[in-house]
Amino acid sequence: MTDLSHIRNFSIVAHIDHGKSTLADRLIQSTGTVQDRDMKEQLLDAMDIERERGITIKANTVRIDYVADDGRKYVLNLIDTPGHVDFAYEVSRSMRAVEGSLLVVDSTQGVEAQTLANVYQAIDADHEIVPVLNKIDLPAADCERVAEQIEDVIGIDASGAIQVSAKTGIGIHETLEAIVKLLPPPQGERDAPLKAMLVDSWYDAYLGVIVLVRIIDGVLKKGDRIRMMHNDSIHHVDRIGVFRPPMQTVDELGPGEIGFLTASIKQVRDTRVGDTITHEKKGADKALPGFKPSQPVVFCGLFPVDNAEFEDLRDAIEKLALNDASFSFEMETSAALGFGFRCGFLGLLHLEVIRDRIEREYDIDLITTAPSVIYNVHMRDGEMIELHNPADMPDLTHVDHIEEPRIKATILVPDEFLGDVLKLCQDRRGIQMDLTYAGSRAMVVYDLPLNEVVFDFYDRLKSVTKGYASFDYQMIGYRQDHLVKMQILVNDEPVDALSTMVHRDRAETRGRAMVEKLKDLIPRHMFKIPIQAAIGGRIIARETLAALRKDVTAKCYGGDATRKKKLLEKQKAGKKKMRQFGKVDIPQEAFINALKMDG
Amino acid sequence: MTEPSQGGFGLYLHWPFCQAKCPYCDFNSHVVARIDQEQWETAYLAELDRAAAETPDRILDTVFFGGGTPSLMSASLVQAIMDRIRRNWRLSNSLEVTLEANPTSVEAGRFQGYRQAGVNRVSMGIQALNNDDLRRLGRLHSVEEARRAFDFARETFPQVSFDLIYARQDQSLAAWEEELSSALNMAADHLSLYQLTIEEGTAFGERMARGGLKGLPDEDTAAAMFEMTQAMTADAGLPAYEISNHARPGAESRHNMIYWKGGEYVGVGPGAHGRIVSDGQRYATETHLAPGAWLQAVERQGHGESLRTALTKADQGEELLLMGLRISDGVSVSQVQDLLGRPLPYSAIKQLSDDGYLVHDGDRLRVTGAGRLVLNGVLRELLAG
Repeated sequence: MTDLSHIRNFSIVAHIDHGKSTLADRLIQSTGTVQDRDMKEQLLDAMDIERERGITIKANTVRIDYVADDGRKYVLNLIDTPGHVDFAYEVSRSMRAVEGSLLVVDSTQGVEAQTLANVYQAIDADHEIVPVLNKIDLPAADCERVAEQIEDVIGIDASGAIQVSAKTGIGIHETLEAIVKLLPPPQGERDAPLKAMLVDSWYDAYLGVIVLVRIIDGVLKKGDRIRMMHNDSIHHVDRIGVFRPPMQTVDELGPGEIGFLTASIKQVRDTRVGDTITHEKKGADKALPGFKPSQPVVFCGLFPVDNAEFEDLRDAIEKLALNDASFSFEMETSAALGFGFRCGFLGLLHLEVIRDRIEREYDIDLITTAPSVIYNVHMRDGEMIELHNPADMPDLTHVDHIEEPRIKATILVPDEFLGDVLKLCQDRRGIQMDLTYAGSRAMVVYDLPLNEVVFDFYDRLKSVTKGYASFDYQMIGYRQDHLVKMQILVNDEPVDALSTMVHRDRAETRGRAMVEKLKDLIPRHMFKIPIQAAIGGRIIARETLAALRKDVTAKCYGGDATRKKKLLEKQKAGKKKMRQFGKVDIPQEAFINALKMDG
Repeated sequence: MTEPSQGGFGLYLHWPFCQAKCPYCDFNSHVVARIDQEQWETAYLAELDRAAAETPDRILDTVFFGGGTPSLMSASLVQAIMDRIRRNWRLSNSLEVTLEANPTSVEAGRFQGYRQAGVNRVSMGIQALNNDDLRRLGRLHSVEEARRAFDFARETFPQVSFDLIYARQDQSLAAWEEELSSALNMAADHLSLYQLTIEEGTAFGERMARGGLKGLPDEDTAAAMFEMTQAMTADAGLPAYEISNHARPGAESRHNMIYWKGGEYVGVGPGAHGRIVSDGQRYATETHLAPGAWLQAVERQGHGESLRTALTKADQGEELLLMGLRISDGVSVSQVQDLLGRPLPYSAIKQLSDDGYLVHDGDRLRVTGAGRLVLNGVLRELLAG
């Protein structure tokens, strides 16, 4: 256990590719935490998908021992946080577990959107922030300009920004000294009842659930009996330790320290991020503020393209759920798609990550149905139904009214893109709540229907602002609106998986956009295919996919027979990636892409 | 198809060299500085002997010199090959011997020699009747030169065919109509009219991938061109007897019919494919593709074959269907089904017939004019599963 004054806890805030991982690697390496021979690039990035998308889904942490220029030995704890709005709550918990942040900006690029979203989280958490200008070894580096930009855009003093090349090692020593000198030590009472914040948790096949904790007050020891304050469940601690980055067991964790515990916990869902852990006896009576259990807000159906893979899909989903408490699922059957699962997610990125992992790690081709939020359907008899799936929409004659979830969206955007952002929010049925300026940046607050946001709002926002907007949201409750179920008919047959709830006033526009998209997404068949959008029995939009006009091989002689046969085989394999609705083959990606709006 | 005689028996001989590589061509053709015609003669004759040993007792119906540009072969080489063929096989009384020729004056100079060697049909790669487009297609001849070579061929050979490529860059329907009518006025008895297909691995393919190949007609225009081609050739007395081939009745390419009717053929020369029956088993054969590799294999290993695959009955059934539906005769349903070992999907046949793509007439199954345009789609439906 380390004296509080010798502990520094910090996170690194950076845009993708600005060198966060390399800097972390270099800090770990230069302090001898990892021997050079064990050094692998990007120690903290775990999954392929995280690396590809430039996001971190799980918090990672490492404990670094550092003997500073003042001759004293310090313990530095680095937490690497998730970096996407879907995981805003998880980020906020990670940020609360540390006292300061290194703000890493690429000196050849400058401040970018992801930097902003996370730096505001750090400011919210009252962090001391140390600006670090990275990649100064490159000819295009312009430290002065980027430092100015940090001051203008973020509004923090960047005059003392440290100039670093994580690649060559320049400035690494200065960074370590700045962490020690500029960041405040944590505070906490060793003798107070135990209060540990649950920062993150994940499942390990050998150890069970591994819980990442920050000790606020008190001392945690191996053998302790602990209580999760949100549900009063009791566990017996069988191991505590720290990451360097490999696990290293320790005897105890005291105030200000960050480490892990295992307690034979079987499921990640028993360990909720933000929860307070205390002792079973003589525990704390008040939990740490800010805990909220994560609730899925976006739902969609996941069906195997090949029905025979249903059991494999079940297996994959159950395994993924072991490690992800925020992801929910239940079995669903669809007339057209057969057996699958209705799944709930924190947001669209979360949905895509889970879907990609199922497809990649378990090799199952999926059909993803239209994402939906939870609607409150009030029936004439006074009953209220929570509608997760538009396909389950009750008969309209029994429905009195429908309420939809709304969010408060906060968007920070450079002045020049403000007009586009306001238009986007208006187009998505937003109600402006606030508009203020901070330097050349505007902060707009909108009350928006969640169903207008879940699908592609964030992508659109990034696209209209060239990536310079940051976005955060919170749920603010339900409100009644004129919502209807829109069905899509392909070749005169309704395709459940494409049903969506839309606002009545937008139905025609959405319907038209969807049928036009589908016309491009469905390959031409031997016959013409009407594609229609309908509300109730009324057609509101219609396109016709013309029959295949020309598809014939011009030359086919003796040497071509073999090649031609291979082509047919390939086409047959391609057909397996489609689902048949009546006589029509619909490619799996059509289900999601049909919903993407261009405006 | 275990009966060797069914569908006929032909010999394909591949000459892999050209004077220049055309940007659309994905055939096995090479441009080299010097060709040792004697070395090639020795290799071809060795392969002809090997092929003959494998196909005794056949009556040879057709010979086809393809390429490449076989009109770059010396007349004496063609003579030597034909002499060996006559020695090795019994010949049909109406043996058809086709040679593909470029329509230049240089090559026309060899026509007499080819005729003496026994060639009785030439197929000329004219490709366009428009000098700008000939240049774009990378052809070395002009329209004038092509017409002269054609006239000379007409005098020399009993049967003459020529090829045109349409649906070219910036070609309008009206421009093709005009070009096709002047082609029909040239009084050939056989025309091969190919829609330009952009193949991977060609110069056009690369330009297309880079977004550089502009002005190609869209699907609807290309379809309209195809339909117009069908109508105009039929009116002129050269109806389509295959997707891209048109002839006066009786002037069809008998060699190519062997491919489409599931006959037997030996392939000689680099990259030549064959389908031969041995001990009741039908095989697909391939030879080494690169000219040098093929020569070396023939000289050192005694044969140029690189691959021999025993075709299952089902393979043969699929092949028969996908080749046979190309011709106006169509296929015998019972023959296809016997080979496939399963019935063709009745519902698909019914639907495609109702939609006007197929005609099911007794045991014959054939595609209609509309069906020809979407033959790949028809095949997908018939072979789905």
